[in-house]
Amino acid sequence: MKLLPPRSPIKGSQEMLLIPCPYCGNRPEIEFAYGGEAHVVRAAAPRTVDDTAWTEFLYFRKNPRGDHAERWRHAYGCGRFFNVKRNTYTDQIEASYRIGETLP
Amino acid sequence: MQRYSALALIKQSLNGHKGWKPQWRDPEPKQSYDAIIIGGGGHGLGAAYYLAKKHGIRNVAVLEKGWIGGGNTGRNTTIIRSNYLFDESAALYDHALKMWEGLSQDLNYNVMFSQRGVLMVAHNVHDEQSFRRHVYANRLNGVDNEWLTPEQAKAFCPPLNIAPGMRHAVTGAALQRRAGTARHDAVAWGYARAADALGVDIIQNCEVTGIDRDAAGHVTGVRTTRGRIGARKIGVSAAGSTSLVMEMAGLRMPLESYPLQALVSEPVKPIFPCVVMSNTIHAYISQSDKGELVIGAGTDAYVSYSQRGALHIPMHTLEAICELFPIFRRMRMMRNWGGIVDVTPDRSPILGKTPVPGLYVNCGWGTGGFKATPGAADLLAYTIAKDEPHPINAPFNLERFGAGQLIDEAAAAAVAH
Ligand SMILES: Cc1cc2nc3c(=O)[nH]c(=O)nc-3n(C[C@H](O)[C@H](O)[C@H](O)COP(=O)(O)OP(=O)(O)OC[C@H]3O[C@@H](n4cnc5c(N)ncnc54)[C@H](O)[C@@H]3O)c2cc1C
Ligand SMILES: [Zn+2]
Repeated sequence: MKLLPPRSPIKGSQEMLLIPCPYCGNRPEIEFAYGGEAHVVRAAAPRTVDDTAWTEFLYFRKNPRGDHAERWRHAYGCGRFFNVKRNTYTDQIEASYRIGETLP
Repeated sequence: MQRYSALALIKQSLNGHKGWKPQWRDPEPKQSYDAIIIGGGGHGLGAAYYLAKKHGIRNVAVLEKGWIGGGNTGRNTTIIRSNYLFDESAALYDHALKMWEGLSQDLNYNVMFSQRGVLMVAHNVHDEQSFRRHVYANRLNGVDNEWLTPEQAKAFCPPLNIAPGMRHAVTGAALQRRAGTARHDAVAWGYARAADALGVDIIQNCEVTGIDRDAAGHVTGVRTTRGRIGARKIGVSAAGSTSLVMEMAGLRMPLESYPLQALVSEPVKPIFPCVVMSNTIHAYISQSDKGELVIGAGTDAYVSYSQRGALHIPMHTLEAICELFPIFRRMRMMRNWGGIVDVTPDRSPILGKTPVPGLYVNCGWGTGGFKATPGAADLLAYTIAKDEPHPINAPFNLERFGAGQLIDEAAAAAVAH
């Protein structure tokens, strides 16, 4: 088996993520709440959407091994939502960006 | 197959135990099989065994990217119970529990299934209402479950702290006496050996990298790190990696994969007679036959395939354990690891056909599928052999999300379980 590459911006293998809040800077993971896959957009007029698309929106997720755009909320800090690009295999965070901005 | 028995043990001991044979072969993959199972965990190995044994489909291969049982089967805390709330779930998990009761005999392999009882501890009014509702629902479904006072719970599990001054005082407990634990590795090995004896090829270090389909969309085989292997029937039983495997057939899944952690203590003499679970303060504990306390922690918050999690998650669990069992406060923890669990929106599994002809899936068991191993394996084999689900797994189809027919054990338990 391959050895895993080193984890996250914090040194050492078992520490929590160090998450860069775009408003407050680097903070430990326990200050944040995870918000799932980013850029899952609710249809402007749900009634016009067919069952398949609605089911996809509600329940189906990319769940990739590799780059993942995801929402976090700085719950015990500034309280704001933002997006993070993280590699789900190494847990390395590659970027964080504000809501409304596009994935770098 | 070399049968195991007391007599065989005596005979082998006479020649210094030099006559034991490997428990399964290490074959090269054939050009093609009648059926392929992707994933050599307990579920996949068991499915191959039941295909051969119950359905006469013996030209079968199990493809495993690492070593068999190296996934969640070998990483879990082995709690087995069937006291789920909804009728569909009770039928599914109790089907498995009944199979556990005869599994060692059936496989001629000691899976060390021990019905020592699982105690689910309540700490507040919500827990109490929810557990009592489970007790009544279970009984209506013929599944044993009973309500205990704190004193009765302590009599059943003497190390349990029921002092009223605790931060999360114990207000009662639900007990399923038929529930318990089994030896995880033995489950994988026992199925592998029994399947191999019926002609199943168990192929390790063989990662599936693609799924081939014909013009009509029907599966025709898989591409692997050990070459292409043909099959018109493919069962996917890849736990945390299911989304990745299904994507090879162009399917998206209602799944998210999270790290789930466990840890064991230094071994001590027998002290802990049963399994205790506390959903509210998130602690799962039993003692292995080696003497280690086996402790289950929670999932990390985020999607990850790293097969390990962060330290604050097991710390949280250890704090809860120390409060529930003050006697363990000075015990040292020896090892900690993670597995990747595939979680569905309603915390119930998906077991059935897929939109791709010839492709079947068994996934979404999340944090609690070890208990289902024999049942899931049996039902996956049935579904593959008959090309239709068994009545027990029919409700656990992939279409339930679109149809709004969720089997919402997530809401029923209100936590991962
Ligand atoms: C820490 C922890 C504690 C748990 N505690 C409990 C518990 O107490 N009780 C309970 O009931 N459940 C528990 N579970 C859940 C339980 O372990 C799983 O639901 C169950 O073991 C799943 O079995 P499986 O055979 O489907 O999966 P696995 O054993 O994970 O098997 C899947 C296999 O597929 C292989 N695979 C993946 N991708 C590919 C590919 N592309 N090609 C080839 N092979 C591939 C993997 O290597 C793996 O071996 C726990 C899980 C964890 C991680
Ligand atoms: Zn902030």
